[in-house]
Amino acid sequence: MTEPISKEALRTDEWTINMGPHHPSTHGVLRLELTTDGEIVSKARPSLGYLHRGLEKIGERVAWAQFMPFTDRLDYLAGMNCNCAYAWAVEKLAGIEIPERAEWIRVLVCELNRISSHLVAWGSFCADMGAFTPLLYGIREREWVNDLFEMVCGQRLTYNYARIGGVSHDLPPGFLEKTKEFCDYFEPLIDEYNRLITYNKILVHRLKNIGVISARDAIEWGLSGPNLRGSGFAYDIRRAEPYSVYPKLDFNVVVGHADRGTLGDCFDRYLVRIDEMRESVKIVRQVIDRIPDGPVMAKVPRVFKPPAGECYFRAESPRGETGFYLISDGGTNAYRLKIRTGSYMAMNIFEKISKGVMISDIVALIGSFDIILPETDR
Amino acid sequence: MEPVAATVYPNYDSVGRAILEAFPIIDFLPVWLVALVIMVVVAACAIVFILVFEGVGSLVLRKLAGDIQSRVGPNRVGPYGCIQFLADGVKLILKEDLKPAACDRVLFRLAPYLAFVGSCAGLVVIPFAVGMIAADLDIGIYYVMAVSSLVSIGILLGGWASNNKWSLVGAMRGAAQIVSFEIPVAMSIIPVILVAGSLSTQEIVRSQGGLFGIFNWNLFHNPFLFFSFFVYLTAAQAETCQTPFDLPECESELVQGFMTEYSGIRFGYFFLGEFGELFVVCALATAGYLGGWHIPFLDAGNLGWFWGNLLSLGVFLTKTFTLVLVSMWLRWTLPRTRVDQLMRMCWKYLVPLTFFNLLGVSLWLLIFDGKGIPAMIAALFG
Repeated sequence: MTEPISKEALRTDEWTINMGPHHPSTHGVLRLELTTDGEIVSKARPSLGYLHRGLEKIGERVAWAQFMPFTDRLDYLAGMNCNCAYAWAVEKLAGIEIPERAEWIRVLVCELNRISSHLVAWGSFCADMGAFTPLLYGIREREWVNDLFEMVCGQRLTYNYARIGGVSHDLPPGFLEKTKEFCDYFEPLIDEYNRLITYNKILVHRLKNIGVISARDAIEWGLSGPNLRGSGFAYDIRRAEPYSVYPKLDFNVVVGHADRGTLGDCFDRYLVRIDEMRESVKIVRQVIDRIPDGPVMAKVPRVFKPPAGECYFRAESPRGETGFYLISDGGTNAYRLKIRTGSYMAMNIFEKISKGVMISDIVALIGSFDIILPETDR
Repeated sequence: MEPVAATVYPNYDSVGRAILEAFPIIDFLPVWLVALVIMVVVAACAIVFILVFEGVGSLVLRKLAGDIQSRVGPNRVGPYGCIQFLADGVKLILKEDLKPAACDRVLFRLAPYLAFVGSCAGLVVIPFAVGMIAADLDIGIYYVMAVSSLVSIGILLGGWASNNKWSLVGAMRGAAQIVSFEIPVAMSIIPVILVAGSLSTQEIVRSQGGLFGIFNWNLFHNPFLFFSFFVYLTAAQAETCQTPFDLPECESELVQGFMTEYSGIRFGYFFLGEFGELFVVCALATAGYLGGWHIPFLDAGNLGWFWGNLLSLGVFLTKTFTLVLVSMWLRWTLPRTRVDQLMRMCWKYLVPLTFFNLLGVSLWLLIFDGKGIPAMIAALFG
């Protein structure tokens, strides 16, 4: 007869697994310290800073205009949004009025970039869920947007397009027609995506009721952008704190509505991005119809010295609030430059909602927050 | 089932006798030497077949992926990238064979071979053609089920010996998944055994021959078998760890699962094993449900040794590759399930369904005296 195994011998321990900074689905160099009991995660602590480049300090050492290329590296999937947000912030600080056409151009490129950014977010989220094909579809459509941006500023990833006082170049001839062509091509594709993957039973079952964030939690933890709207709270800076020409445009603020599971789960955040692409196409179409003629650059002195003072400007970028807090002492560079980004705020709540999920759900959570690491680490 | 006359189907005795008459010297050689040579030759054939299948299969897989994902796929090595697989193979062999410093060296080396052997040993009882089968075992199906379990041992060993937590998670998933899904796979192949009255794969295929072409297939024998076929395909997809059930390696969660620490040719063995297993389960589905090598409306046994074998081999491979293609197609279409969902699917849905099927088929055979629907319809018209 074998002796009965004692309880001591069967004692199980929790495990600490290091997820990242090199891991296929941490979207860059995010590192998570997972404490797991087998497949069940009891704690997932994000450990940030692997991509810290000291952008804020750089911003204090270079001239105001010279910081523009660095904002491209903030969020490399939405360079235009960061460019424009910084330009708007400096203009607010210095009280510069920029030409009407420049405002419209900025809104146009921001919305185009929102589409391309959401495409990558959608594609990589699906790839995280094991469906590799959507990623390629997303990249295919993003090529269109990249081509458009190449026409505008010669760059496909880091645009450096906005200038303090306007934009660097006017739109090239034929650009608006091409953009309209893209809208006509792209809009039906969103329905195709929904048919192909969104309501796929496996995907829905992977995403619904996972990572539920109530609207109250989302606000308390400082979420913004699609992550906040996924919880059903209609807060969009373009509407809540309107800037540029957004008040003149007609678009809806997309919110999660518990389409399949609980309000605020991963599937809601997923759907918000899909529907936001539709709204962005709507905005782009309006801009194409209504963009006025005129100059694209205001008169800004060559040695640019904004008056001493401080300001905070926030813009709605694809990953939520991109805010610049600027303090000027009247010199040629910022006295203090602070950047607030959506991805970083999303990391705060991660530890709270990752209790008791499975390892596979951690991947779903990272994907649903659509984080981008240069933005969290700056 | 009436036993089919032995003369119709060429067996190995006649072939062996012909070879013996052609080369009388064989008579003077010791028996063990002849047996050894035959074994080596057959094994070499099997390995070459698997290698070619894996090479072409991986190319087709990537081309298909290219088509589905609206890109080109491999097109650099050779016209249409057709010898890309050779380049891949050479690369795998030439790569440095890395071993983690703290790995269990013996087990780490052993694991890929176990996985490879486990998946390819099933080839022995695959009835490729009317007279082409390495060994027509009386317990063919049982044998396949038994040796394919080696794969899970290989996976578990690989994950454990790598001394990597991700590998271990992948290995545990793999072991749990393969062991669990062996039950529905086996249970959904048992109805075929009931109908054919034999565990021998060749006998199962023979029982599906007859006058009605594809309606002799077990697939159309009765509704339960029709249903059972799809249960088998689903369960086999999971047992071979193909998308949407590729949890043991699932690259977005576990890096590469149990293969994370493997590189070079050892990785290649796992890869080969995976393809081999895919082929074996699809071949079993073909033999069990889709009429195997039977050429519709023709009796392969009457075509002579050469043409009979050639045509029936073509038919068999066509059917099998179609199933393989379906599996690849699914791979690029579906997302991945989660571990608990997979286990729930196995134990709460597939296993009860297969038992229900088994009961249904048994009752059918009892009530209708072993006749299938096509046979009964044929009986109506005299």
